[in-house]
Amino acid sequence: MASTVTFRLAKPRATAPADAADLEPAWIRRVLVSVTLGFLVLFLFLPLAAVFVEALRKGVSVYLATFLQSDTLAAIRLTLLTAAIAVPLNVVFGVAAAWAIAKFEFPGKSVLTTLIDLPFAVSPVVSGLIYVLLFGAQGWFGPWLSEHHVKIIFAVPGIVLATIFVTFPFVARELIPLMQAQGSDEEQAAIMLGASGWQTFRRVTLPNVKWGLLYGVILCNARAMGEFGAVSVVSGHVRGMTNTVPLQVEILYNEYNFVGAFATASLLALLALATLGIKSFIEWRTQRDTAAA
Amino acid sequence: MAIDSIIPPAVPGAASAPRRVLPGFGLSLGYTVFYLVLIVLVPLSATLAKTATLSWPRFWSAVTSARVLASYRLSFGASLCGALINAVFGLVVAWTLVRCRFPGRRLVDSLVDLPFALPTAVAGIALTSLYASNGWIGQWLEPLGIRAAYTPLGVTIALTFIGLPFVVRTVQPILEDLDTQFEQAARSLGASRWQTFRRVVFPEIWPALLTGFALAFARGLGEYGSVVFISGNMPMRTEITPLLIITKLEQYDYAGATAIAVVMLAASFSLLLLINLLQRWTSSRHVLV
Amino acid sequence: MKTSLRFCLLAALVAVSTWTAHAAPQPVTLLNVSYDPTRELYQDYNAAFAKHWKATQGQDVTFNQSHGGSGKQARAVIDGLEADVVTLGLAYDIDALAEHGGLVPKDWQKRLPDNSTPYTSTIVFLVRKGNPKKIKDWPDVVRPGVQVIVPNPKTSGGARWAYLAAWGYALQANGNDAGKAQAFVTAMYKNVPVLDSGARGSTTTFAQRNIGDVLLAWENEAHLAQKEFGADKFEIVTPPVSVLAEPPVSVVDKVADKHGTRAVAQAYLEYLYSPEGQDIAGRNFYRPRNPKAAEKYAAQFPALKLFTVDELFGGWAKCQKTHFDDGGVFDQIYKP
Repeated sequence: MASTVTFRLAKPRATAPADAADLEPAWIRRVLVSVTLGFLVLFLFLPLAAVFVEALRKGVSVYLATFLQSDTLAAIRLTLLTAAIAVPLNVVFGVAAAWAIAKFEFPGKSVLTTLIDLPFAVSPVVSGLIYVLLFGAQGWFGPWLSEHHVKIIFAVPGIVLATIFVTFPFVARELIPLMQAQGSDEEQAAIMLGASGWQTFRRVTLPNVKWGLLYGVILCNARAMGEFGAVSVVSGHVRGMTNTVPLQVEILYNEYNFVGAFATASLLALLALATLGIKSFIEWRTQRDTAAA
Repeated sequence: MAIDSIIPPAVPGAASAPRRVLPGFGLSLGYTVFYLVLIVLVPLSATLAKTATLSWPRFWSAVTSARVLASYRLSFGASLCGALINAVFGLVVAWTLVRCRFPGRRLVDSLVDLPFALPTAVAGIALTSLYASNGWIGQWLEPLGIRAAYTPLGVTIALTFIGLPFVVRTVQPILEDLDTQFEQAARSLGASRWQTFRRVVFPEIWPALLTGFALAFARGLGEYGSVVFISGNMPMRTEITPLLIITKLEQYDYAGATAIAVVMLAASFSLLLLINLLQRWTSSRHVLV
Repeated sequence: MKTSLRFCLLAALVAVSTWTAHAAPQPVTLLNVSYDPTRELYQDYNAAFAKHWKATQGQDVTFNQSHGGSGKQARAVIDGLEADVVTLGLAYDIDALAEHGGLVPKDWQKRLPDNSTPYTSTIVFLVRKGNPKKIKDWPDVVRPGVQVIVPNPKTSGGARWAYLAAWGYALQANGNDAGKAQAFVTAMYKNVPVLDSGARGSTTTFAQRNIGDVLLAWENEAHLAQKEFGADKFEIVTPPVSVLAEPPVSVVDKVADKHGTRAVAQAYLEYLYSPEGQDIAGRNFYRPRNPKAAEKYAAQFPALKLFTVDELFGGWAKCQKTHFDDGGVFDQIYKP
């Protein structure tokens, strides 16, 4: 039944697959490990290292000074604000969508699932463009908005909207397969024992999916803070006002302030690493919970 | 788990009957559809409406001019290459992570998600500084006559980076579910390791592999941030389709830009449908086994 | 009865208006949407103007700046970025504001002196120290084996000026033969290994990545690159002939009227022509219009023959259509 596996957590596995060890000759395993490590070093580790090496090129004090600039601080504030709005909205949506799709049968379910996935495959450039077409001065609602002095594009609401769009599927995609795999027997039992719908959700469903939910939230958050293409189209690039952290990276880079650009970028890389750290922790907890049960 | 043991599977046929015992169907589905329409469908329909302002011949010439065709070739070609590289190496990575023990395995496992989390512009700048002819990797490629940055190869590298987690993360769970008994049985029946892989393991994982491949491909098609830095943007040679959309926008050709966007949308939507069909197939096969 | 009421109203009105005129005016904020290379210029100029405005009008004025590719910035303003003034890379981009959405009147360029361009610039060559490839003049950039770095004219205003500089040189050198000019420009772009999307991207490619033998750059960008990356690394070569690049400025009428900032926006642009404004332009490597300021900075601006877009290309609208629109000459250069 699991309709998607993209962001599935590593399966709970209490023991290492010791029985698999003797299937491969040792030399094959060594080749596999070295190919894996070589490939990942080339494609993952080196780009990450490059960011930090460039950021620290002129020493720690120059590195830290970047974060004291008012424009950089404003960008950090805007990014935090954007994520603080976009992520909870998508969490509520993700939970509702997962509840509807995983616990019930209804016609058109697979179309709905495909539509939920759609923002994921839409080019970020297009994601920004659609909001310009809607709310831009030449767009559908532009004249009305301008008459009523409501600013959406080139202001915070536009940035938030574009961010919501690109991070739209993350939580739902994480929760749907998880809730499908768990079935609804426990919830049905709770209802029959007289629990209200809300109680059932809070006491039965939520504890079962909490780690999956958290994983969805942190991936959603990482993407929300790191989105570049879509936000770039709707931001207007006003210094200190509508620049998010990724846009600030581009601006600093264009000002030949390479250390500043990479230092700001390293902030986002650190966020990525923290995300991965939390993810590992979640996996570890899930496995422990499963082992305990 | 506890409730399970108290209540035996009491309701006969509960699994197959419409599960309307649970509350909240109307609310959750209603909200889902409302939010979906508001955030995704209405904005996306704006592209269709804008494109409809073009006459059919103008639409056709906008999406099939030589330069646009060249950009499709690059975007589709490089995404395809990137997705193929990821299919091969992603499988190796997933296999290694599941089947081999080595120091640092957990760290490597979590690093795989980095391209999801690292902002694309940062990835683009970092990759360019690595693969430019004076970069850490580029300086070793230069004497071999290989130019990576500012060539289609550079675009492929960026798209490989972007697509890497998709294949690994789709194949990994299937491999973990795979019982090694079958492989051991095959071996005891005298099959070579390669035969076992081809006949026993591969049929199990290839739908997932295909799904991961298609996801990486779809993501690569639309990717902008990480590619513009490393591609060099030469018309007809290293210009990707999303860049052309931007270029058209900057010439105030909104209809032309959205026309190309609609073509990209159609491509990604068909890919997604394909993925969902594949996944159904995967899971139905899985139930059979 | 009626008259006295009217009188009372009038009196009240006069009282109110005189009262507002004497109270300290509300602080005002202007958004200047500009193109990429002007960051340093407007940083200096905004501070100077704020001081001048406070001294003469007693009003506090603060500035917001947005920088990016000229075309991208114009598009943002058309789509609703509420710029009080625009200071862009070429007149065509402000024409677009008139055409799409009527943000400025069609004759915007007549409203300020010198075609509304308070400072000018040109396209020069930035080469590596010692000029190892001996690049002195335009014919050198089409020599086989010379790598030329220039941004994409479709997305960069500066790149359009560079393209026109090369075209104009070739046109004049070949007795106005457009075919030969196209051959020359085609040969030049054959030598281009990377087309970045903006002028700053090209400078980074040339200076940071060490790609190419010559960068076709805005004169002020070339000076800035020397300052940022070290004067010991690059040399500026001024060709004998180039284009007179005129980056224009304009109040965005529709926005300024909505914000009630027209007076200060107007004064902001006019002050660019004042001795102080001209001096700041010169200091930031833009060629001042004012002869006195030009004289002061003569040392950093070698004399050369400059042609204008109007002279050789019949104005921006025509030029854009022939050369840079879809299917125009630039696209033909890359026809396989």
